[in-house]
Amino acid sequence: MQVQPLTQKEIKLIRRCQQNIPLSHDPFGDIARELKVEEEWLYSTLRRWQENKTLRRFTAILYHQNAGYNANGMSVWQVPEYCIVEVGRKMAAFPEVSHCYHRSPLPNWPYNIYGMLHGKNKGEVEQIAKMISKKIGISDYTILFSVREFKKSSMQYFMPEILDGDKL
Amino acid sequence: MMDQTDRKILDIIQKEIPIVPNAFEVVAQKAAIDKDDVINRIKRLKENGIIRRIGGSFDSTGLGYYSVLVAAKVAEEDLEQTVTFLNRFTGVTHNYQRNHEYNLWFTFTASSKQRVEELIEFFKQKTGAQEMIPLPSLQKFKIKVHFKMTEDK
Repeated sequence: MQVQPLTQKEIKLIRRCQQNIPLSHDPFGDIARELKVEEEWLYSTLRRWQENKTLRRFTAILYHQNAGYNANGMSVWQVPEYCIVEVGRKMAAFPEVSHCYHRSPLPNWPYNIYGMLHGKNKGEVEQIAKMISKKIGISDYTILFSVREFKKSSMQYFMPEILDGDKL
Repeated sequence: MMDQTDRKILDIIQKEIPIVPNAFEVVAQKAAIDKDDVINRIKRLKENGIIRRIGGSFDSTGLGYYSVLVAAKVAEEDLEQTVTFLNRFTGVTHNYQRNHEYNLWFTFTASSKQRVEELIEFFKQKTGAQEMIPLPSLQKFKIKVHFKMTEDK
């Protein structure tokens, strides 16, 4: 994952692609015409970014509650340092886990592996955690359920830090 | 509200929309339905609030950005005000109240490590939060959100 200086043309493409793509027969061709860039350049640039992992992929992102997944739990696990990578990879392989990270523990917070779990309800998320616990052999964990969702958005890169134009 | 075809389309486009000319034709072929039908259904799923966004997901590190998860301890009576303040920031992308002593958890992304640290210090001062602890990731094992819509046969 190499950080390369981006040109203004590339930044323009990122700004456009992090929005919604047109729902037309040829969305990428339409973006090229909208931005007045060559189609060939657009495809080769996006493919290059995908190869060097700057771009993950183009997908649909759902409102999970409306898709029937009502409970999300942040599971946090206390994993011995020597098997962090093994446990992290195993946890990432479960389809019920959407995000999995290794983070430093804190003095009063011993957890070092984070796995976001999604289920139809709270009970299902608890069952998923129990199943994962058994399969990865780690029993020190807890689940922080969401009480309220205040914001869920996609990062807008190369945009002002505050969108409504107010000053800090 | 959703039929099997809608569900099949959602499973396909949650995985990947190919970066090719006539991308939705490829999606239509995979779903084995007409291409106009695919586009109309996706439009409807978006209007009905099932789909939040269809677009590219970029990697913060790859773009030179820095992101952290922040665990915050905020007095119950200050919660609303704190959230209103934080949510105006583009870089605050996810923000949840959770059932724990650390009761507010948000993700924060900015253009550099230094900028992230500066702004978290600023958030702490402005909101009067008891604690705001940045938890950077040491390793990413997975980022792939897929809500399965169809049952396995």
